[in-house]
Amino acid sequence: MVEFELNGVARSVDMPADTPLLWVIRDGLRLAGTKFGCGLGLCGACTIHLDGRPIRSCATPLAAAAGRRLTTIEGLGSGSAISDLHPAQQAWIEGSVAQCGYCQSGQIMATAALIDANDDPSDAEIDRALAGNLCRCGTYPRIRAAVRRAAELKRGGEVVVQNFDPNVAVAPVGGLPA
Amino acid sequence: MSDRDLGPAVTRRTVLKTTAVTGVGLIVGVNLAGCASAPAIAADGDLSPDAWLQITPDDRVIFQLDKTEMGQGVITSLPTLVGEELNLDPARIHIHLAPVHPRFQDPIQITGGSTSIANRYQPLRQTGAAARDMLIAAAAERWSVPALELELEDGAVHHRRSNQSARFGQLAEAAARKPIPKNPALKPASEFRWIGQSVPRTDRVSKSTGQAAFGIDVGLNGNDIPHLATAVVVRAPRFGAELLGFEAQEARKVPGVIDIMAVRTGVAVIAEGYWPARQGAGKITARWSEGPLKGLDSAGIEAAQRRALDEQKGRNARNDGNFARAAAQAQRVIEAEYVIPHLAHATMEPMNCTAWLHDGICDVWVPTQGPDVVQAVAAEAAKLPRDKVRVHSTLMGGGFGRRGIPDYAAEAVEVARLAGRPVKVLWSREDDMRHDFYRPATCNRLRAALDDKGQVSGWEHRLVGPSIIGTLIPDFLGALMPTWVPGGVTNVLGRAGGAVIRGRDSSSTEGAADLPYAIDHVRVESIVDDPGVPIGFWRSVGHSQNAFVVESFVDEVAHAIGADPLTFRLERLAEHPRHLATLKLAAEKAGWGQPASGRSQGIAVHESFGSVVTEIAEVSVENGRIRVHRVVCAIDCGLVINPDIVRAQMEGSVVFGLTAALKSKVTLEDGGIKQSNFHDYDLLRMDETPAIDVYFVDRDAPPTGVGEPGLPPIAPAVANAVFAATGQRLRTMPLKLA
Repeated sequence: MVEFELNGVARSVDMPADTPLLWVIRDGLRLAGTKFGCGLGLCGACTIHLDGRPIRSCATPLAAAAGRRLTTIEGLGSGSAISDLHPAQQAWIEGSVAQCGYCQSGQIMATAALIDANDDPSDAEIDRALAGNLCRCGTYPRIRAAVRRAAELKRGGEVVVQNFDPNVAVAPVGGLPA
Repeated sequence: MSDRDLGPAVTRRTVLKTTAVTGVGLIVGVNLAGCASAPAIAADGDLSPDAWLQITPDDRVIFQLDKTEMGQGVITSLPTLVGEELNLDPARIHIHLAPVHPRFQDPIQITGGSTSIANRYQPLRQTGAAARDMLIAAAAERWSVPALELELEDGAVHHRRSNQSARFGQLAEAAARKPIPKNPALKPASEFRWIGQSVPRTDRVSKSTGQAAFGIDVGLNGNDIPHLATAVVVRAPRFGAELLGFEAQEARKVPGVIDIMAVRTGVAVIAEGYWPARQGAGKITARWSEGPLKGLDSAGIEAAQRRALDEQKGRNARNDGNFARAAAQAQRVIEAEYVIPHLAHATMEPMNCTAWLHDGICDVWVPTQGPDVVQAVAAEAAKLPRDKVRVHSTLMGGGFGRRGIPDYAAEAVEVARLAGRPVKVLWSREDDMRHDFYRPATCNRLRAALDDKGQVSGWEHRLVGPSIIGTLIPDFLGALMPTWVPGGVTNVLGRAGGAVIRGRDSSSTEGAADLPYAIDHVRVESIVDDPGVPIGFWRSVGHSQNAFVVESFVDEVAHAIGADPLTFRLERLAEHPRHLATLKLAAEKAGWGQPASGRSQGIAVHESFGSVVTEIAEVSVENGRIRVHRVVCAIDCGLVINPDIVRAQMEGSVVFGLTAALKSKVTLEDGGIKQSNFHDYDLLRMDETPAIDVYFVDRDAPPTGVGEPGLPPIAPAVANAVFAATGQRLRTMPLKLA
């Protein structure tokens, strides 16, 4: 049994201690926002925060989480208003960054960790923080702009998003059983 | 036939249908195939399985998306077309992902070939306009006022003079009983409120909060499937190798492993989750036959292709004039050889599919570009008739052509059938990399005949490679034939994927045979030589490689006669106004001829999927490393439905194309793929990504493709810029300086 805090809630998990956190989160705790991309810590799709620092959950064993604080995209920010979201998410929505969207949880988690620690990162710092997160759709130009914008929002800028509708947010899930 | 001929579906026979059944409101369906029956109503009274649009009595406007979403934005752009005619903000429209239905087939239900907007522009507007007219007719009757005095606004019909209003939902039942207009008038372009505007992406919130559900997420996020297990498959080390036997004693001891069995693709390990399944798979010892490709490697394929070019004569994909004579009379003939490697798709979401056989039916949840192809192969794998297979399309974590091939769905259904329980088969990155359907490797020899006036009199392009259609038909596409194919399969496929799948398999010569330059003697010859490596459709298909070959060699010819590469193109494309327009626009915006200090420019123009794109790359070369700083992209895709989405597709195509141009290739080694993950199949990264500026040629014409046309010109634009910078002509991808 390994105990840790996930998205602000105490959890205890009875899974083998060498199970990568990615699979603890997805298969064990059934949170699907953290994605599987490579299994070797090479693509960043599985990025989460361990005590506020970005880690590759596919290459971090459950044992490493004992007594620590984990945050996934679900815990980064949620709610019925855009202001409930993390500045990184706000910037992502504002800039329509996502195409297929699969890598974006990881991109956002990497960005959130960066700007939570440094709300005025240089271009080199942005590149360093995000160069390990792959995007096959090629949303990098927008990611770069959104990281800068997220930092600006973090420093007190005002988010500009029209038609924010959290209900539209969860649709659609094509034909899943009700 | 040029791509342009395949473009907008203005001639397509669209038959709108409605159904009047109490309780469901107004349903406007469509019949792309032109059959005559009305839409059926689902038993639960919810959205008809073949309708595009439903307005329910409780005032929901529901759009059923029969195309699948892989990042290209149809989930936003297609509802925009309906919303425009209803004068309704597309953000207010609910989206359902459609099931497989014959009425969505034109003639197969596939998302590819950059055809979604081009083919749906007219029919979806007609659907919205028909609903509009019927709502108006219902309101006119209710209030005894002339229909001409009514207007639609904010989801309601208004009669300003008498100050009366009714929500769409309040009118839906009455509207459903009105006759469907045959040719509803479409909104004039001057009144467009959303078409041509950057309507925010419908999925931007869900994809920024982790809520968007992909195939891999089926069964999670509250969508429970009882007793759902996860499986991984131990796959053959070489293509075509067959399983001879396996030892699984150790694997069975892994906690969480439920069952282990032989399936057609290898050994399936079924477990309570991915990790125990993967752990179990690692303990399997499998024995395989040698397979037909034992000993084959990429160098061998390349050598065989060269031999084929030396010894064989292929099919003339084009033969204008007499190249041989032009070459004989030429003052000078220049020649070059271009070699293109295999490439993997490497979608960020690895292949996966969830299947459940129960109560005589088979449910399949699958991220796919071709739900009805899935249905066909799933039926075969489930040993059920096709109408007992329900395909639930999910969002895709990338497609790029890979998810048009249903191998992974057939596999999941087989595993679920044998396991006797619902199973999600999840591929590892290594599975995905090594069992793809790759972009074909080709070898190209080009010659240009230059006459004594320094003009280009002849162009010859001889290329050798496999035939995508030829290899896929027996495996998958043929599975579709028996129930609906009206004619020969090539006929059907020709109409099927529009610009992707042609009547003849011109996918290997597209972008080569349709060389647009004014040259009198042109010969393009295609030799089919199939080494047996699985191949498939890779974003922009033949264009992705032929544009590199053609536009690089055009650059070679321009330099050979001492012409400026832009001027050379402008002069020989005088008959192609769209090419000229994009060339001029890109040149103006990029400042052609005036690169930033220390940088060099390269240009390329290419037409594909009905659109024309020019790209100008600005590069520098330092310490033998190519760095792309800026790309200017000018596109003519007719009417731009959503500028921000088109811009995103151009940005994405440039990045996707730069990965191919600068970074990745797949190599065959002893009959299997050598690369396995992102450490040896690297993608372009953010710090390597140039600034990308996108400009539209303002042209009032029906919309054409955008998902792919941005890709073909980038590799040659970069290679041409590298030549300008270094004098080195790089004729192999990925580009490597000597």
